[in-house]
Amino acid sequence: MAKPVDLRRFTGFRAITWLCLFVLYAPLVIVAIYSFNDSTSITRWGGFSLKWYVDVFTGPEAPKFRDAAINSFTIAIGAAICATLIATAAAVAMNRAGRFRGKTASLALINLPLMVPEIVTAVASLVFFITIGFKTGLLTIFLAHIVFCIPFAYLPISARMQSVPDMYEQAAMDLYATPWEAFRLVLLPLMVPGILSGFLLAFIISLDDFLITNFVKGAGVETLPTAIFGSVKQGIKPNIMAISTLLLGVSVVFVTLSWIIGRAGQTKR
Amino acid sequence: MAGGAPGGASKSEIYKGNGPKLLLPAWLFIGVFLVMPVAIMAIYSFLTKEFRGGVIWEFTLAAYDQFFLDRGLFGDEPPSIEWTYIGIFWRSIWQAGLATVLCLLIGFPTAWFIATRDVKARSVWLFLITVPYWVNLLIRTVSMKFLIRDTGPLNEFLLALGVIDTPLALVNTNFAVQLGLFYSYLPFMVLPIYAAVERYDFSMSEAAADLYASSWATLRLVILPVVKPGIVAGCILVFVPSLGAFLAPDLLGGAKTFMIGSLIEEQFKGAAGNWPFGAAASMILLTIVMGVLLVHARAQTKGER
Repeated sequence: MAKPVDLRRFTGFRAITWLCLFVLYAPLVIVAIYSFNDSTSITRWGGFSLKWYVDVFTGPEAPKFRDAAINSFTIAIGAAICATLIATAAAVAMNRAGRFRGKTASLALINLPLMVPEIVTAVASLVFFITIGFKTGLLTIFLAHIVFCIPFAYLPISARMQSVPDMYEQAAMDLYATPWEAFRLVLLPLMVPGILSGFLLAFIISLDDFLITNFVKGAGVETLPTAIFGSVKQGIKPNIMAISTLLLGVSVVFVTLSWIIGRAGQTKR
Repeated sequence: MAGGAPGGASKSEIYKGNGPKLLLPAWLFIGVFLVMPVAIMAIYSFLTKEFRGGVIWEFTLAAYDQFFLDRGLFGDEPPSIEWTYIGIFWRSIWQAGLATVLCLLIGFPTAWFIATRDVKARSVWLFLITVPYWVNLLIRTVSMKFLIRDTGPLNEFLLALGVIDTPLALVNTNFAVQLGLFYSYLPFMVLPIYAAVERYDFSMSEAAADLYASSWATLRLVILPVVKPGIVAGCILVFVPSLGAFLAPDLLGGAKTFMIGSLIEEQFKGAAGNWPFGAAASMILLTIVMGVLLVHARAQTKGER
């Protein structure tokens, strides 16, 4: 007999996984640590201090960052809400409306924003808005964001809808509920976890976007990523590390929420 | 097995007849704000450039001519092939390819390791791998630059340990760009491979072991064919965004590591200001990407038959 080899455990794979996590997290952890550095030099450690966080909120660049943050969050909330509504309607069509013409093409279309390289979308959006004479600004950022948020909202919503059997709605319709009532009173409550994770993912994707925003933002309008990029071009300053750490915190909180909600939805089933 | 309509749920006909109506908003938004813009960009690539941005609405092939052909300084020499831009595209493909290989070398064992944990641990590991992806790409790239810069923590640490005498010049190298791309898109490699390995039936490797296959032979001859679709999907998901990436080459690389993304960006935001040329370069990039995706899709449908 050959000696029993446990093929599920290749030697070294655990170490590589840890290395992987290390590479992924080390830069973020280091920047988070240095954002609490008391020294003005970004290299030397001068003791713990919150002064760069104070600087972000009250320093000379505070108004710029405040306006950028307001723009970023307004656009992210608005775009995520629109994308979630569009994606929910699309998910119902794809999962609950039987066969119809153009269904396969529709799935390709929903996923199109993921397939077109971001730089191409950015260029295309810019020339589009200029050609139709649309002034670039907050509204153009908002419209462009909705488009690339749709597939991110669609994925968890559609996945959730697939896992919810339609017998509850069938029962409701047998009891003379209209399709709209069956949707609103039966499917929608069952869909809450999926819709919430879809919304949260769309929100983060919008909040994170730099490239497309940079092309369609117009002069003088900044979101947090474009403001940070502008500052970083002149060198990495401690206040940028503080603001990055704050934004990092927001992302982690939202992803964790999305994950917990998704899990709760799974176990409830 | 129809790829587009997985599971029995999609056969549900509760809201039959409403499909097109419900898809209308998606069609409208993506059609008007993505498909139409790309069509207009295609038209732009055939227009005459206006100095410092913008276009004149006169048809010309000048942008593509500039991309592919060299007609000398004054444009009166017989055309020969212009290697500058083809070179930039080639370098981008090379860089994106190396980043993909790097992702595969690290991503495969990671995905394998996670997929062989018990169910509860799996979801925690997956979560840990995906969290960085949701952190702002700009912040991640800046963090990487901060870490590996000449006077950054990595060099300070290695100097203090005495491993090196002079700081490693990592920023502005090809390696830094690959590291940045690797860092940006690693989860795209791990997730599809994980999904493939999770479906793998481990009694098959037990059978291979019973027949005296070594564990590496089993990996190569039994497991790899099964998880290959996941590997191919992961490679595409890393390669495609790497090819058009802007932030990693721009922040971590220098003039020597100029990639497609920067070439295009410069036409619109930078000093070059040649919109039709930028549109033409975007069209060529889009064609390459769609070509890769199409070949993959065809291979996939062939495999299913």
